[in-house]
Amino acid sequence: MLKNRIIPCLDVKNGRVVKGINFVDLKDAGDPVEQAKIYSDGGADEICFLDITASNENRDTIYDVVEKTSKKCFVPLTVGGGVRSVEDINKLLNCGADKVSINTAAVENSKVVIDSSKKFGSQCIVVAIDAKKSGDKWEVFTHGGRNNSGIDALEYAEQMEKNGAGELLVTSMDRDGTQAGYDVDLMSRISSKVNIPVIASGGVGNLDHLVDGIKSGKASAVLAASIFHYGKHSIKEAKDYLDSKGIPVRI
Amino acid sequence: MNVTIVDYKSGNISSVINSFKEVAKDKVTIEVTSDINKIKSSDKVVLPGQGSFKSCVDALSKINGLTDTLNEFAITNKKPLLGICVGLQMFADVGYEETETKGLGWISGKVSKIDNQNGKFKLPHIGWNQINIVKDSKIFKDVENNSHMYFVHSYEFVPRDKKVISATTDYSSNIVCSVEKENIFGTQFHPEKSDRIGLKIIDNFVNL
Repeated sequence: MLKNRIIPCLDVKNGRVVKGINFVDLKDAGDPVEQAKIYSDGGADEICFLDITASNENRDTIYDVVEKTSKKCFVPLTVGGGVRSVEDINKLLNCGADKVSINTAAVENSKVVIDSSKKFGSQCIVVAIDAKKSGDKWEVFTHGGRNNSGIDALEYAEQMEKNGAGELLVTSMDRDGTQAGYDVDLMSRISSKVNIPVIASGGVGNLDHLVDGIKSGKASAVLAASIFHYGKHSIKEAKDYLDSKGIPVRI
Repeated sequence: MNVTIVDYKSGNISSVINSFKEVAKDKVTIEVTSDINKIKSSDKVVLPGQGSFKSCVDALSKINGLTDTLNEFAITNKKPLLGICVGLQMFADVGYEETETKGLGWISGKVSKIDNQNGKFKLPHIGWNQINIVKDSKIFKDVENNSHMYFVHSYEFVPRDKKVISATTDYSSNIVCSVEKENIFGTQFHPEKSDRIGLKIIDNFVNL
């Protein structure tokens, strides 16, 4: 039976982890490679890096991080943030990323998803959807949540599946950073609309939220950042908890 | 000893390279090449594959003499070869992704789309699933039955002779996820992305 996945996400800026696990025995708390290794040794089903480097001159730092991590972590590695073109995707894959997540570029230029999924295969193309509730629907935002595209998130999700996305990483902007739980309504509607896996993101504050994301949100995988930081919960605790709630996980 | 990973410009093989180098350490030389002379002289060959069946077969054919060299290596000389994902699928006679495409024909059978039972099962089949070992395979030495492996695919290999099947996985039906026929090995899952247990499979192949 296919297991639901738990994916810890690390924000990386200028090649350094911004918020992190911060274990006392860490030699270097800001080192993304070391933190990714802790997650993968702890049973993470995948690792996600979100590059939030703002300045262009430091953009290349992520390639070095991906290259070093992929030599130490033998679980899938997804990298997103600032991916603009097929060439960016190619570079990340060559450095050892297994999947690349595309956000703004997928909205602005549909060819990026169409061309990259043809060139590299759908299995490595994740479309990240930042959605915010507006009345009785959700709208897609770009540029790290700054710009409203006005596009309906459900229709967009369907279109991205057609364009060749292998997975959708859906973040509720209303919930992101609130620790109030996933927007399970949004997740389940998108998941029912498409036939590709949905990764739920945004809003996890406790282990029950992970359960909700899978049971009510119908997500195939749950992504979380802060609950794994500073040792609040380990991956193993999260998996044991999901297992106790009858959710199939890899233990 | 040297192991050659065939680089035929189809998809991303950096994870495969990393995992073999991790296992090989300094004991075994890992070559990454499409040079047919190097492939001929290697002890073992790894045939990865990403993207569609058709794109992989096309990419193999584009390199002059490569398909013949692989045939000679695996069929005539019976040297150990491991196919991963579409690398395994290409063992078949024929594949139906995009359009009907002839495979290498090493293990009789076809590659067709997984039956998603009218949308009940999402495709691609992405994530960790358990393998049911149905036959002793040399690459499963010290690998427990029901171990988790990482999968990502929408098509499955259906071999004609069921005796070649060494493991299956349950996703809408029993999908063939590992085969062994004499010197030819294949996994539908990605051992290179399947954590320590995946590395064990790679180690078993390297140490055959």
